[in-house]
Amino acid sequence: MNRYPVWKFVLMVVAVLAGLLYTVPNLYGEAPAVQISAAKLTTKIGSDTVTKVEQLLSAANIKPDYVAFEGTSVHARFADTDTQIHARDVLAAGLNGANADPDAAPYAVSLNLVARAPRWMTSVHAMPMYLGLDLRGGVHFLLQVDLKAALDKKNATLYSDIRALMREKSLRPAVTREGNAVVVTFHEQDTATQGLNALTDAFPYVQWTSTPDGTDVKLTGTLKPAELVKAQDEAIQQNMTTLANRVAGLGTSEPVIQKQGADRIVVELPGIQDTAKARDLIGRTATLEVHMLDESAEASAAAAGTGPVPFGDSKYPYRDGGDIIVKSEVVVSGDDLSDAQPGQDQQRAGAVVNLTMNSKGASIIHTVSGDNIGKRMAIVLFEKGKGQVITAPTIQSQLDKRFEITGMHSIAEANDLALLLRSGALAAPMEFIEETAIGPSLGADNIAKGLHSVAWGFAAILVFMCAYYLLFGVISTLSLGVNLLMLVAVLSLIQTTLTLPGIAAIALTLGMAIDANVLVNERIREELRAGSAPQTAISAGYERAWATILDSNITTLIAGLSLFGFGSGAVRSFAIVHCLGILTSMFSAVFFSRGLVNLWYGRQKKLKSVLIGQVWKGGAKQPGGDVPQPDDLVVEDGGAAKAVATKQRGAAR
Amino acid sequence: MEFFRIRRDIPFMRHALVFNIVSALTFLAAVFFLVTRGLNFSIEFTGGTAVEATYAQTANLEHLRGVVSHLGYGDVQVQNYGTSHDVIIRVPTKAGIDQKQVPSHVFEALCKAESGTVGTKTETTAKGEVVTRPSCVDAAKAEPVVLKRSELVGPSVGDELKRDGAYAMISVVVGIMLYLAFRFEWKFSIAAIVANLHDVVIILGFFAFFQWEFGLSVLAGVLAVLGYSVNESVVIFDRIRETFRRFRKLTTMQVIDHAITSTISRTIITHFCTQMMVLSMLIFGGPTLHYFAMALTIGICFGIYSSVFVAAAIAMWLGVKREDLVHTGGKGEIDPNDPNAGAVV
Repeated sequence: MNRYPVWKFVLMVVAVLAGLLYTVPNLYGEAPAVQISAAKLTTKIGSDTVTKVEQLLSAANIKPDYVAFEGTSVHARFADTDTQIHARDVLAAGLNGANADPDAAPYAVSLNLVARAPRWMTSVHAMPMYLGLDLRGGVHFLLQVDLKAALDKKNATLYSDIRALMREKSLRPAVTREGNAVVVTFHEQDTATQGLNALTDAFPYVQWTSTPDGTDVKLTGTLKPAELVKAQDEAIQQNMTTLANRVAGLGTSEPVIQKQGADRIVVELPGIQDTAKARDLIGRTATLEVHMLDESAEASAAAAGTGPVPFGDSKYPYRDGGDIIVKSEVVVSGDDLSDAQPGQDQQRAGAVVNLTMNSKGASIIHTVSGDNIGKRMAIVLFEKGKGQVITAPTIQSQLDKRFEITGMHSIAEANDLALLLRSGALAAPMEFIEETAIGPSLGADNIAKGLHSVAWGFAAILVFMCAYYLLFGVISTLSLGVNLLMLVAVLSLIQTTLTLPGIAAIALTLGMAIDANVLVNERIREELRAGSAPQTAISAGYERAWATILDSNITTLIAGLSLFGFGSGAVRSFAIVHCLGILTSMFSAVFFSRGLVNLWYGRQKKLKSVLIGQVWKGGAKQPGGDVPQPDDLVVEDGGAAKAVATKQRGAAR
Repeated sequence: MEFFRIRRDIPFMRHALVFNIVSALTFLAAVFFLVTRGLNFSIEFTGGTAVEATYAQTANLEHLRGVVSHLGYGDVQVQNYGTSHDVIIRVPTKAGIDQKQVPSHVFEALCKAESGTVGTKTETTAKGEVVTRPSCVDAAKAEPVVLKRSELVGPSVGDELKRDGAYAMISVVVGIMLYLAFRFEWKFSIAAIVANLHDVVIILGFFAFFQWEFGLSVLAGVLAVLGYSVNESVVIFDRIRETFRRFRKLTTMQVIDHAITSTISRTIITHFCTQMMVLSMLIFGGPTLHYFAMALTIGICFGIYSSVFVAAAIAMWLGVKREDLVHTGGKGEIDPNDPNAGAVV
């Protein structure tokens, strides 16, 4: 009865081997490497870069372990740090030119760490766990995205799009913005119907409700809920892409940019401790807006500082001095910009930035510039929330998809502006709501503390279990070891981020997983005490303990899943490890340990005794037995005898 | 080796009232401290700034308090963290102060007090990774104080964490109650939850009484303990059900006594093993895991007490009966009055 079919043993062996394969990369540690990433958005990193790096290294007689393109950067791994530093200097000089200005260099060449595990392991996805910042040091930011602002912007664009359309159709209704809605008021029923048709055709994502207002017809348009969700998702996505672009130039290894919850973004930069600098870099915002200049007399007075800013206008400082009054309505914004490149001014000596608009931006700029030839428009650059007019050219002719901003002071300036515009506008402003900087020494310290906790706790359990349950204790600790192996393997396989709370969860899960073994071992002792034959006792012990193990693990799992569902950051990392640990413990404590027992005892037909420690048979327990208590029921002898009979029946089946 | 040589069932339930009075008193004391003292929430919950620094020499806390109080941040806490060389400075959020500047200002003040100047240091670690960090260098080019960690949490995050913590707690309670009601019976599900929530309150009571810092990891620990103690009650309930099935003549009280007695050895050994692991975290885990391990220790100790003495007693008082658990006519049931029972053909 204590035999496993061959496939179960095969499964055990496979599980252990797979566990080893996926756990081992964590033990190799990290090796020095040089990382080459793009410092500018124009720089393309790819297989060409790999060939170039290989050539440069072999020219300098440096032998790397490997050079590979991973994600967005190229890594070259080296045997020791001396070679690494030498290689860094060679590559920096070779790729960027010997005396390149560090700020203008196309490539970021930085010292870094990569996994030391052999390459073939990486190819089967056996990679070490990613270490959280509390274990490796670095900065962590949590950014709150202001989605309301993103929607506001979207509504403002919708408003101007609607006005443009109405003008185009020569309907000329009154268009106003009311909160999150755009209200279009027609004076006649026919035009209203005509207008509604045009509006629903042009803006399928807007919900229109029509209400009569006296003789007028009022059409109220709001974005459909699906469109709202889409707009918010797009805003977050664009912000994340922008952040990724800004962080890329830092050359930090494995930066993390993740969405958290509905409207938050987590940014983690390992190896950097300077929060102020990092915050500056990722908080740098540059958006572009094109406005029409207000050239009325009031506006000129306001610009000269002698009058108030007219209603519906905004005042921005001009880069060359003074103020400029523009109409608040945005003609096109950075959202509609698909590319920005520096270039030479064809007519005059000087630099320009060539802009390419997307189709929507192009059609707007085409119409607006056509209507306003001879007037001036202003290009306003918003950086860190402050607007500045870069240039306010006069519209010479109708503009098209491509047009240029002239008046740059130098090539370098054109270069910078193009980069800023291209590295993308944030779709919505963001605010730092959490930031943590962890020093590298603290990280190493935390790893040591976590490992010591697990190791000593495991050792204590091992000693106790072996002393108390003898061979069954050895089997229990072996299966607990397999549990640890499989847990680490699964965590590595799904590439979780390991944090200190995660290590604590490993320790706690192991401490709790031993429960299943204790349940089984106690049950076997109990069966032996009741007089069962050893083979029957083993079989009954495992079978009867199983229901209890399942029940108790499910309740623990419920707690773990709740933590996972509602936790974030450290709590979530704790919960993932905890839940996975419970699942692996069911495998190891029941299936695996049974397999070991079967292997040892299953073949012995006439098993006289099992090594499970002393089984005390001093008093066969009788439930409710001879406890002297007056109101106690005297149990008929049938009680225990029947129980044994039932059990044997159960075993005979 | 066998620790538990129990000749007969221990009449636990006869003393159920006493046990429950003891636990009710502990519970009330915990509630009292929670109400009067409240929890000492970490900045993860309250929002604020924490700066952790290491001194080359033993840190003089009194002197540091003076240094930091000049910054005008209000009620600033300066404490040792782990060793006597490590200090943690906690600054609450205060209107009119730009939180983002706090870590660098505090570090500057600490550095100045050691007559050093703040700069940025870029160094390559022995392993070959480049790190840049703010540093404090004095005239002798030594670093008298090193910034180990700084943490800044906006006030809005904390409220959300508290809310999520409460949701997590509620979903654990509801989930476990549903499962137990489905797997056993509603009386057991109420008994288990009452007993184990009382553990949770007692853990929180300890944290309130000693004003230990209640952080996110402690919350995780508390919820993990909740799951763990319920699993304790489940083992006993499982045995109660089994005893009801096997011994038909026993009263409910005797069944419970028998169930507890026959699982007591497993209860103690399991908790002992888990506690060894937790103790290891308490000893080796350092200050970050200290209160986590503390919460677990209290939870494990009271978990044994409440599942053994409280949960079963509540189930008993709720009037759990054989019929609740043993469904007549179900498979494997044997009627003792049936003359053919147990006969194998």
